[in-house]
Amino acid sequence: MRVRGHPVLGEPPRGREVTIYLDGRPLSAREGEPVAAALFASGIRIAHYTGSGEPRGPFCMIGRCTECRMLLEGRGMVLTCLTPVEEGMRLRTPGGGKA
Amino acid sequence: MNLHEESRPLVVVGAGPAGLCAAMEAAGAGLPPLVLDEGSQGGGQLVKQIHRFFGSREHGAGKRGFEIAVELVSGCLEGGAEIRLGHRVLGFFRDGRLLVDGGEGVFLLRPGATILATGAVERSFPFPGWTLPGVMGAGAAQTLVNLHGVLPGKRALMVGAGNVGLIVAYQLLQAGMEVAGVIEVSRRVGGYLVHAERLRREGVPLFLRHRVVAAEGGKEVESVLVEDMETGALKRFLVDTLCLAVGMAPQAELAAMRGCRLVHVPELGGFLPWHDREMRTDHPGVYVAGDLAGVEEASVAMDEGRLAGLAAARDAGVLDPGKAAARMREIGARLELLRGGPFGEPRRRAKERLCSLPGSARGREDGDRVRRKGRLKKR
Ligand SMILES: Cc1cc2nc3c(=O)[nH]c(=O)nc-3n(C[C@H](O)[C@H](O)[C@H](O)COP(=O)(O)OP(=O)(O)OC[C@H]3O[C@@H](n4cnc5c(N)ncnc54)[C@H](O)[C@@H]3O)c2cc1C
Ligand code: FES
Repeated sequence: MRVRGHPVLGEPPRGREVTIYLDGRPLSAREGEPVAAALFASGIRIAHYTGSGEPRGPFCMIGRCTECRMLLEGRGMVLTCLTPVEEGMRLRTPGGGKA
Repeated sequence: MNLHEESRPLVVVGAGPAGLCAAMEAAGAGLPPLVLDEGSQGGGQLVKQIHRFFGSREHGAGKRGFEIAVELVSGCLEGGAEIRLGHRVLGFFRDGRLLVDGGEGVFLLRPGATILATGAVERSFPFPGWTLPGVMGAGAAQTLVNLHGVLPGKRALMVGAGNVGLIVAYQLLQAGMEVAGVIEVSRRVGGYLVHAERLRREGVPLFLRHRVVAAEGGKEVESVLVEDMETGALKRFLVDTLCLAVGMAPQAELAAMRGCRLVHVPELGGFLPWHDREMRTDHPGVYVAGDLAGVEEASVAMDEGRLAGLAAARDAGVLDPGKAAARMREIGARLELLRGGPFGEPRRRAKERLCSLPGSARGREDGDRVRRKGRLKKR
């Protein structure tokens, strides 16, 4: 979910609306925001599954914990909290039998 | 591998309040700095802070954190400092060079002097379910709502009633989340009472002497089990988000890599680089400031940054020692005031203790002993 009508910040400036793909599924995102933030906005909080199949999601949002890592087509494993959204990006949820 | 290498008279790592004030002071004294920060905005922690700050006029009291950040950045640029964002410092070698990732590749910097102002990282602690998606640092939740305008979930429980826990809980409400409560193991609220009061007014309950037993859920947090430590009774909170605000630890990796002596000071967040009152480490030409030199407040970070900038300029021979000393006295007196009061007093004493440890060779031996034992004896 996105913040609406914040009492201090008002309507936050957001980038152009673009489409990204998660495991083949199209999602709306804002250009330039971190991929992890775009996923939270769509209610998606699982970034990857560990070798033993446990789900993991963003924990620090500042590139320290590596829990937000996902596969980005053409780039390999990335930290989604630091990777800005670009039009048409294709992401995959590693592990959990999907990668 | 032949890496591109640049020389600079002064490099500041971290563009938070400490790094920016250090850069401003050094630039003003005639030592032009290069400031590096891995973030996409200058201001460090301040860019996420939307509440009005305490402190004095010199520290931007009454303004909101992100407003102070903008002022500090423009002050720095006007003063003649260069700021490069999106630059992460990966290494600080024993020969004094820095390895930097500028996004498009890595390069080396050879600084005349280096001021480390890398801030602190949030602590965490393990409990069953702590790795479930939906469990996150309070700072992460704050970054999501205030910087990116996105909610981490619908309903949150906050762990920790220090300033960070109280402030972030309130900011989650402001952003439109529900907050089920704030739990705290200790008997009393650790943060300022005004922040606790604002939460009470919004109807958010504070549970003292309560601890997290487990975060529960199939694939994400669905509930959190909490124990009343007085009675042993268990409570289950139906929340999808669990935020941890259980303290910060100085981000001392670069200082450690350089070989700076680390000392453990519990009141200041844990292991941090030893330094003297002028923010000099045991390595000539390496200075520290801000949360890295002990987790305190933005106002303290700014003044410590100013001290480090002055010391670097004086040691580099561009600032008259008499002038430096006069300005340092003024700032030192202000720091004393900032560390007054019941909240500041333990930190003031811890700093005293730290600064009075010798920085000499014998001091270094002490440091090794301290490191092995993992604790600084209270005197
Ligand atoms: C929720 C909350 C509320 C607060 N409220 C107040 C308040 O009301 N009043 C107050 O005085 N203080 C407040 N503080 C504390 C204040 O924000 C900090 O004390 C202050 O920001 C510390 O400044 P700093 O410059 O040392 O570190 P930071 O602000 O953390 O800045 C460090 C910078 O270094 C950068 N960095 C780190 N490592 C690297 C690297 N390897 N390479 C490149 N860059 C790097 C980071 O990106 C960051 O920008 C609050 C803190 C929090 C979390
Ligand atoms: S959320 Fe911690 S590294 Fe991305």
